[in-house]
Amino acid sequence: MSSTTLAVDLKSLATQEPLLRVVDVVKHFRAGVAGTVKAVDGVSFDVRPGETVGLVGESGCGKSTLGRLVTQLLPATSGQVIFDGVDLTKLGGEKLRQQRKQLQMIFQDPYASLDPRMTVGDIIAEPLVNFGLVSGRQKNARVQELLRVVGLNPYFNNRYPHEFSGGQRQRIGIARALGLNPRLIVCDEPVSALDVSIQAQIINLLEDLQREFKLTYIFIAHDLSVVRHISDRVMVMYLGKIVEVSPSEDLYQSQEHPYTKALLSSIPVPNPRIESQRRLIELSGEIPSPLNPPSGCHFHTRCPIAKVPTPCADTEPPLEQKAPNRFAACHFSEKVRTV
Amino acid sequence: MPGETLAIVGESGCGKSVTALSILGLVQRPGRIVGGKILFRETDLVQLPAEELREIRGRDIAMIFQDPLSSLNPVLKVGFQINEAMRAHDKIPKDEVAARGIDLLTQVRVPDAARRVNDYPHQFSGGMRQRAMIAMGLSNKPEILIADEPTTALDVTVQAQILELLRDLNEATGTSIILITHNLGVVAGLCKRIVVMYAGEIVEQGPVEQIFESPQHPYTWSLLRSIPRIDANRRERLRSIEGLPPDLIQLPPGCKFSPRCPFRIERCFTDDPELQNVAPDQEAACWVTMKRAYAEMGAAGILDTRPGAASGIRPPKDLAAKIVDRRTLDATSVAEAPVNE
Repeated sequence: MSSTTLAVDLKSLATQEPLLRVVDVVKHFRAGVAGTVKAVDGVSFDVRPGETVGLVGESGCGKSTLGRLVTQLLPATSGQVIFDGVDLTKLGGEKLRQQRKQLQMIFQDPYASLDPRMTVGDIIAEPLVNFGLVSGRQKNARVQELLRVVGLNPYFNNRYPHEFSGGQRQRIGIARALGLNPRLIVCDEPVSALDVSIQAQIINLLEDLQREFKLTYIFIAHDLSVVRHISDRVMVMYLGKIVEVSPSEDLYQSQEHPYTKALLSSIPVPNPRIESQRRLIELSGEIPSPLNPPSGCHFHTRCPIAKVPTPCADTEPPLEQKAPNRFAACHFSEKVRTV
Repeated sequence: MPGETLAIVGESGCGKSVTALSILGLVQRPGRIVGGKILFRETDLVQLPAEELREIRGRDIAMIFQDPLSSLNPVLKVGFQINEAMRAHDKIPKDEVAARGIDLLTQVRVPDAARRVNDYPHQFSGGMRQRAMIAMGLSNKPEILIADEPTTALDVTVQAQILELLRDLNEATGTSIILITHNLGVVAGLCKRIVVMYAGEIVEQGPVEQIFESPQHPYTWSLLRSIPRIDANRRERLRSIEGLPPDLIQLPPGCKFSPRCPFRIERCFTDDPELQNVAPDQEAACWVTMKRAYAEMGAAGILDTRPGAASGIRPPKDLAAKIVDRRTLDATSVAEAPVNE
């Protein structure tokens, strides 16, 4: 295959009904006497069928929490998660369980996410059995089919997870997620625990599967180069909020939010010539505690172009359209170029 | 070389950390150095008695580790731990130790260092802890600083700060840096020379710019092409390296990369290539080298990266059975065999 045909035409997508709509979703965690951690603090976005939406940000920005809210592994404090027209936050019990068939998740740690005491066959068949979809000989056939789909030897279904390497285990996790023919898969850092040479295998596999099964992905990672590669659109998160949403194609050329620009400037490029000319936009200090995020724009304490106190420290900028298909939450996005 | 920045690159289990630990005599039992020499200013560190090596370790050659939290003692103040390294060796006069501790923390850009020396590690963020580790490593003005994946546990913005710091320190103090990493981007930004390791052996070494420009070992070449790059056309499919690194207990005969190599020839399955000059100052251990792969196998346009795809060479039958049993030949056709880890 010369080039992927994955990249979705954004214009044709825009006219389609979104598969997933997240509306002003909030997740607060009580942290004892210290207060409340606003892990996800009013986030809205759409995901269209067949699209891959990337979600990046540094540790603690709330990206994994957001992924778990989408799959309803965590209940939202407020807001709506509308999947295929149904608000999942209003559902419970059996109704939610039935919806979950269409929403699967691939986890970061291929060592912790597979039960070491179950055979690979049982691991992959578990969701199928839970939903009463297979029985007896059928089960074995389906498991072997899934193993083949993810590039593993179908006759390994009787082996245990410890007999496999990290990359192979991640393939098992992917096979398990595919079993129920889901429409949306949330991939939470699916390659960050893997070796470099194995990462590309898994990324290519995810791309192939998307094409074959018409999957929609939310791809969460801290590595912006990986996210940009696989995603059609990238959402950048900072302290519980989305600060920028842009098509992947445009993101490297220009940014609408100073945080995105700083994040991009800190990614080392494997090319010594480019590296020697790379200008790092050093952010002062480190991410503030989500227990007590800064007032106004959460980023103003580290922002190179913030005007303090007005407006950046007292008014929170809304996420708004800055250019076709590009959204940012910044009072001065027109000045990002000058950073 | 004095003042040099050297990168040792490879995947987990390729032996890069063990190489570094060997330099300091820190390899844990049952591991031991069974041969070879480690020359530091013409002294063979392998032959050195433990006591004398202890003198060098931390004073002349210091090391910082990947995980700064588990490398710091949680019940001792950060300042005390930095000063301890100085008190253990007699390089820094005793009455200067405390002041130097604060100086060092300032030097690694920990704000308000005079106060922060009295903090405990848990009061430091991840980036700060790594700065404290670097301060500790630098405390005795070592000639070589070995940094084992110093930024792997950190966020990119913090990683960028730490790399900038290491770069400045190298320029300002002339301390040589050995950087151990799997991240080729980090190498490009910090190092002048690179050593690429695969399955416990050096497969290629030379100047960073030259090797990134024109890698001669297929492993180096493949590695550089398998990573998504922020500056690349994102529609391009990643050229993955099929299969898995070999089991170190049962290494394949011949070249260790041959079971995964698209450019292998028959000889690769039987003879283990040694490092040889492939360009001025550049060495690679390969019977083919990319020069020939480009000229004869059309490496420039190769899209299929499966083993033997470019050369059309499959392993001899008796050998194939052996390799397939343990490890994959090609993930797609043979499927991956299990690994014992």
